[in-house]
Amino acid sequence: MDVREEIRDHNKDFPGEIHPTPGGGIIVSKFNDIVNWARSNSLWPLTFATSCCGIEMMSVASSKYDFSRFGFEVARATPRQADVIIIAGTIVNKMAPVLKRLYDQMADPKYVIAMGACAISGGPFFYNTYSVVKGADHVIPVDVYIPGCPPRPEALLHALIALQEKIKSGWTREQIKGEKPA
Amino acid sequence: MTNEEFKQYITGLLPSAVFDETGEWLNVAIDAQSWKPLAQSLRHSQFDFDYLFCLTCIDWKTHLTMVYHLSSTTYRHTIVIKAQLDRTNPEIETVSDIWRTAEFHEREVYELFGVKFLHHPDLRRLILTDDFEGYPLRKDFQDPVNMIKL
Repeated sequence: MDVREEIRDHNKDFPGEIHPTPGGGIIVSKFNDIVNWARSNSLWPLTFATSCCGIEMMSVASSKYDFSRFGFEVARATPRQADVIIIAGTIVNKMAPVLKRLYDQMADPKYVIAMGACAISGGPFFYNTYSVVKGADHVIPVDVYIPGCPPRPEALLHALIALQEKIKSGWTREQIKGEKPA
Repeated sequence: MTNEEFKQYITGLLPSAVFDETGEWLNVAIDAQSWKPLAQSLRHSQFDFDYLFCLTCIDWKTHLTMVYHLSSTTYRHTIVIKAQLDRTNPEIETVSDIWRTAEFHEREVYELFGVKFLHHPDLRRLILTDDFEGYPLRKDFQDPVNMIKL
């Protein structure tokens, strides 16, 4: 089984064991697991769209796809109330300090999704110019990358669920890169 | 109003103007010095060119060309004026006092191509940072940090 399947299998349900007793029950679990479980199911994204990927992000927020179903309840217009920033669009050199500042203003724990070719690598069209940052990960660390130009709404949903699995696994960004459990 | 009328009017003002009708609109090639008086007269002529809807520049490597697209909101006719500039010292008179929109567009051409607009009220950079070096839309612009050579 590969790592992602293992994580998925491990995180299907509430973390821990439930022992039913007459008139109630006892839960045996690890506090960290419960915290991660709670966090992963309440990730509020920051409204941050710099180009056409933003339209797809709005589509995912609307009733047809509806990321609220997975706990991405409401998009927040301020970084201080947001948990995850979806970088939906091109980051230019003049935007980079703004992105960094928004990221710094978000409260920990915070997560980053790079949506689309521009956020991953500078884009399929405008990468060879004086003005474009070649990938948002030059500015802030990225948790999940979504390829596409722009990605399908399903791809964004998939990435959001992948982020939840990442949080539930309890590993840090660095540990996942090295694939070492905590 | 027809292209023939435009041609007749412009030839009357400026005998050296060269016309080209191969495209959608009438193209008029002029030299940079005659642009300001021509613009002035076109704006106040019976053709009523009250709308400058596109102002841009082209780098031909040997010279620069300023391109002005003029239109009339009353008659809905369009004309294109092209003025050739010297690449080493590109200078042309501003038309921001005739069409207010030119103020911003000339600032943009100024920062991207390095064209100097004489008597412009506020010739600063529009978008680029103050410490940016070079004119990024010129063909010989080099930026080894951000750009690979194709």
